[in-house]
Amino acid sequence: MRIPLSALVGIIMTGSFFLIALFAPLVAPYGLAEIVGDVWEPRSAEHWLGTDNIGRDLLSRMIYGGRTTIFIATAATALSFILGSILGLTAAVLGGWIDQAMSRGVDLIMAIPSLIFALVVLSVMPVTTFVLIVVMGLLDSTRVFRLSRAVAVDINVMDFVEAAKLRGEKLKWIIFREILPNALSPLVAELGLRFIFAVLFLSTLSFLGLGVQPPASDWGGMVKENKEGIVFGIGAALVPAAAISILAISVNLVADWVLNRTSDLKGGRGG
Amino acid sequence: MSSLGKLLVQRIALGLLLLLAVSALIFAGTQILPGDVAQSILGQSATPTALANLREELGLNEPAIVRYFGWLGGVVTGDLGTALSNGQDIGPQIGKRLGNTMFLAACAAVVAVPLAIFLGLVAVRYRNRWPDKVISGLTLASISLPEFFIGYVLIYFFAVKFRWFPSVATVYDSMSFIEKLNSIALPVTVLTLVVLAHMMRMTRAAILNVMQSAYIETAELKGLSAFNVIFKHAFPNAISPIVNVVMLNLAYLVVGIVVVEVIFVYPGMGQYLVDHVAKRDVPVVQACGLIFAGVFIGLNLVADVVAILSNPRLRHPK
Repeated sequence: MRIPLSALVGIIMTGSFFLIALFAPLVAPYGLAEIVGDVWEPRSAEHWLGTDNIGRDLLSRMIYGGRTTIFIATAATALSFILGSILGLTAAVLGGWIDQAMSRGVDLIMAIPSLIFALVVLSVMPVTTFVLIVVMGLLDSTRVFRLSRAVAVDINVMDFVEAAKLRGEKLKWIIFREILPNALSPLVAELGLRFIFAVLFLSTLSFLGLGVQPPASDWGGMVKENKEGIVFGIGAALVPAAAISILAISVNLVADWVLNRTSDLKGGRGG
Repeated sequence: MSSLGKLLVQRIALGLLLLLAVSALIFAGTQILPGDVAQSILGQSATPTALANLREELGLNEPAIVRYFGWLGGVVTGDLGTALSNGQDIGPQIGKRLGNTMFLAACAAVVAVPLAIFLGLVAVRYRNRWPDKVISGLTLASISLPEFFIGYVLIYFFAVKFRWFPSVATVYDSMSFIEKLNSIALPVTVLTLVVLAHMMRMTRAAILNVMQSAYIETAELKGLSAFNVIFKHAFPNAISPIVNVVMLNLAYLVVGIVVVEVIFVYPGMGQYLVDHVAKRDVPVVQACGLIFAGVFIGLNLVADVVAILSNPRLRHPK
């Protein structure tokens, strides 16, 4: 199996982001909330990226912030996938009014832009990590539901599924043993895109001050903390913003490759 | 013609029904949550008297269904309620901001839509050559870039380093049109960049789809120039998908505008919404949420209707 250069770059970058997030306390030179210098110091040997709006080491904040961003985004994506795919596959297999009710419900939720709906809900909920994960996961699961239902409806009418039904297999068997393995490749390709979406969504919420709350911080929150510096020509806010973009692009490179591979398999025509 | 009319009326009725359901969902999203709204607005340290007062003010002592219909009745008659934070009527406050937001969105659309369609056509013309490659590269980047990254990079260079445009997009009534345009130049650029690549790519896909038809081959074999084939033969049949793309992206603009307004401190709906979410001012959030959702649904509805109108098979049913 040959991996194209772009995908390889994507895998390496994504991998290092996750590794750094995992071992944040070992990698970070200073503590998360440790004030180690003046406000917005420029880059130096002690502070590779300079310091932030109240004199904390920007690199250390970046490493810890990345951990928060990646953790919440991963958890929300996992939730949305588990919930969305199980419900989507169930709707496709059961059909009838259950399918109708679920699909119309999802249509309804998708009629409101995610960000707006999240803002409405977060205006009355306490903003904690748990609430963020649940809200993001639930909102995103509607997209996964649509995709998995669409994929599963096609598979559900195939002969081998028919055979399994005639054999008298239970719903659980049909969903997990017959349909899921065949629906997996488009779902995996979608996984990357949903993860990117979760990262961007969380960053946007935090940037608006409605995501991760201080003193903890994620990349979006760090942009918010340091945005005042921009007007004075201090680029500290651009660093976390760039990190979000780089993470998103790396995951995208991998997802693109997976998507191409899986669609190649389906179409039967390489290249 | 009558069945077409019926179809359109049906679509619009469906849209209104959806809007009604959305209003219920938005209301439910702020009311029927675990815990008490008054408690979560005031926090854990609230005194019982303050809680009771706020409950009274919000009408929490009545059942949710009564409150919902009260709210809905108000919205339909143009009364959006009063803000908790300053006790003012929400309607007039939103009115002005909605105008500002529409102005910003309209400017972005005026720049982005023709540009995207033109570039999409160029991409089809030079399919699989470098202009096409550049476009697909840009698409990848633009999906991945958060609005605030583009926004602050633009501010950093064009407002701070080169001093061409202001970093804060304030508009007020006494400004002339040109002054307003100058002041919103950067936010418009951000919004354009956010939707441009996606719109371009989908335009390209829509035209390429049409280009595979037999009559295009005929046109090519007749010896027409490539631009003629694309403009005169492919483009009319691609209008419906393109309008769809445009509407979907304008709907996306509705969301992007929230963030962009915060970045540039623009006095619009998005800023208003975000401020009041932070203040936990539920009536304002409901009103703004409903308006944003309404615009979103409206644009999708227009896309639907245009798709029907531009399809001759639907326009002249057998």
